[in-house]
Amino acid sequence: MRHLLSVRDLDREAAVGILDIAEDMADVATRAIPKLPTLQGRTVANLFFEDSTRTRLSFEAAAKRLSADVITFSAKGSSVSKGESLKDTAQTVAAMGVDAVVLRHSASGAARVLADSGWIDAAVVNAGDGTHEHPTQGLLDAYTMRKRLYGDASRGRDLAGLRVTIVGDILHSRVARSNVWLLQTLGASVHLVAPGTLLPTGVETWPVTTSSDLDAAIADGPDVLMMLRIQSERMHAAFFPHEREYARQWGLSDARFGRLTAHTMVMHPGPMNRGLEISATAADSPASVILDQVTNGVSIRMAVLYLVLSGGAGA
Amino acid sequence: MTILITGATLPDGTTTDLLIDGGVIAGRGSGLSAATATRIDAGGLQALPGLVDLHTHLREPGFEQSETVLTGSRAAAAGGFTAVHAMANTSPVQDTAGVVEQVASLGTQHGYVTVRPVGAVTAGLAGERLSEIGAMAQSRAAVRVFSDDGKCVHDALLMRRALEYVTTFDGVIAQHAQEPRLTEGAQMNEGPVSAELGLAGWPAVAEEAIIARDVLLAEAAGARLHVCHLSTAGSVEIVRWAKARGIRVTAEVTPHHLLLTDELARGYDARFKVNPPLRRDEDVHALRAALADGTIDIVATDHAPHPIESKECAWQEASFGMVGLESALSVVQQAVVDAGLLTWADVARVLSRIPAEIGRLDGYAAPFEVRSPAHLTLYDPAARTVFGREHLHGMSVNSPYLGRELPGRVVATIHGGVPTVLDGVLRDAQEVARG
Repeated sequence: MRHLLSVRDLDREAAVGILDIAEDMADVATRAIPKLPTLQGRTVANLFFEDSTRTRLSFEAAAKRLSADVITFSAKGSSVSKGESLKDTAQTVAAMGVDAVVLRHSASGAARVLADSGWIDAAVVNAGDGTHEHPTQGLLDAYTMRKRLYGDASRGRDLAGLRVTIVGDILHSRVARSNVWLLQTLGASVHLVAPGTLLPTGVETWPVTTSSDLDAAIADGPDVLMMLRIQSERMHAAFFPHEREYARQWGLSDARFGRLTAHTMVMHPGPMNRGLEISATAADSPASVILDQVTNGVSIRMAVLYLVLSGGAGA
Repeated sequence: MTILITGATLPDGTTTDLLIDGGVIAGRGSGLSAATATRIDAGGLQALPGLVDLHTHLREPGFEQSETVLTGSRAAAAGGFTAVHAMANTSPVQDTAGVVEQVASLGTQHGYVTVRPVGAVTAGLAGERLSEIGAMAQSRAAVRVFSDDGKCVHDALLMRRALEYVTTFDGVIAQHAQEPRLTEGAQMNEGPVSAELGLAGWPAVAEEAIIARDVLLAEAAGARLHVCHLSTAGSVEIVRWAKARGIRVTAEVTPHHLLLTDELARGYDARFKVNPPLRRDEDVHALRAALADGTIDIVATDHAPHPIESKECAWQEASFGMVGLESALSVVQQAVVDAGLLTWADVARVLSRIPAEIGRLDGYAAPFEVRSPAHLTLYDPAARTVFGREHLHGMSVNSPYLGRELPGRVVATIHGGVPTVLDGVLRDAQEVARG
């Protein structure tokens, strides 16, 4: 695998392959010294043009567990605020000698542009580009679902037959997009629930079903209920009237949580707005796999860094 | 300079020799001869009247890192144009007599094409109060086309007043139809592709709502309205309705909207970022049909040069716009002539006679007639080339066609009897300036 830019570049075999390598990586974490020498002498640059402490820490932990050197660039207080471009920043960091660039950027397609441009030779891993994709999040979500379903017998399996419902701001969500495409590749079916304002125009061409009725979606007994973070600034652009109305219509309240079937897993990519899109009871319940998602994120990112830097099989 | 063109095929399909002398067509017929004339063998070439672009960004004054009147004029001549209308979004803005006269005189001085400045509708393009429309109309630049292009005159009252006011000067308001609130942050056509790419959508309704409003305002004012770069099938329907109602509206389409679709955004290559955005395949076909049936009156390039750094970046950080003067005729050939929708006589109409009429530009009513000004281009429709940077003659290289095979080649362009392109090569600036 040369880069990881979009989950749409992964076929079933490649996606399952990444999940399986992540299983191996997860095993490392249980050792006395949770570290592999695999990427010794290689350098990973985290280029974060947009704030994201969680994703950045997860990639850092992943690289360090593989013994890679890590340099981190955060836009805050950097030359980006002085107008330096993606090209110049990437070339500057590349000139210091890096083997992989992990890129988080507020512009959709930024990772694709960097990979296609020829500006740098390093492998590019998309750590979230605007409202386009967040491939490692999609992978870690799929990994989490598979692990909860199949436990130690996960290797080699896809998610055929799994019914996943994703709720919230689909329009602006890169997490939703990566999940939609990857879950389709892995054989799961996806249902999207959102107010009409937060479903993208053109969603009818996606391999999903959609509705605006969360209660009906819950009554349908999905295997996975994934709540997306709602950003309060959306209110100002008239996507919905105010937080209370949003919570009433599309929040996973205690009452709705109580109507979920026993086997439904509750997911959230974080950070959560407790009391808005998800209640504390739901977030902290045994049905919740939200902390598993964080743990599994490191394993997935180890797998991805390993694949792009070792030139190993996968895609 | 005396020029004898032999064996040219005119837009009506007839073949003739043409003698050019004193800046006009001095003779027409077979077997013409002139001992001292520069001879051009036009056997197999299509003669077209000099092309007139109603929508060009020359960027001077103010943005000379992108284009100047000279470099834009050269790009125009290379594309077969003999006149361009230079949009008002310069710095300072073309909103006073002084600025439009300066731009027009630079064009005259360089001589490649007639440069007709477009005047801003509102002072500083700010959309707040009318600019000095009368002063620009009565200046030596004799401005007749007024536009805030790049921005929409979105205030309905201001648009009404502008339409009413320009009737005094036989002017026309060329509207950039874009409802600003519906397109805040917009990056590309709103639809399935924008949904997948996660790029903010530019909905068709943002164009159509403004056109619908403006044709009604034009009707009430009895004024002339021109719709810039119409891009959607819905816009075509509104203009068709307005024309049937007798409203004085004309409409233009760009070459790129006749050929390219929003699918090209998939690689996030900012060369395909343009405003209005590339639309769906259905829109492209509706625009072609509308050009063929006369609902859309003209083709105009919206030539929009940008420096390299404005396109070498993430899509949403890139500037909108593409250069189009050098490729326009080839793209029109591919999109509508080779497809059998337009004849060469139609091309002469939509790229020369009608844009000149809309701009009130004299000298284009009866091309190839004896005593008409000698503005013409000789074009080889049989040529095929991979379009490359060597085909671009302006300062900027933001062409969406680089690497794409296109038909046709401009062999010669003659502006007021002065050759600006000969044997497919732009003539030297000093030679052209001498006339």
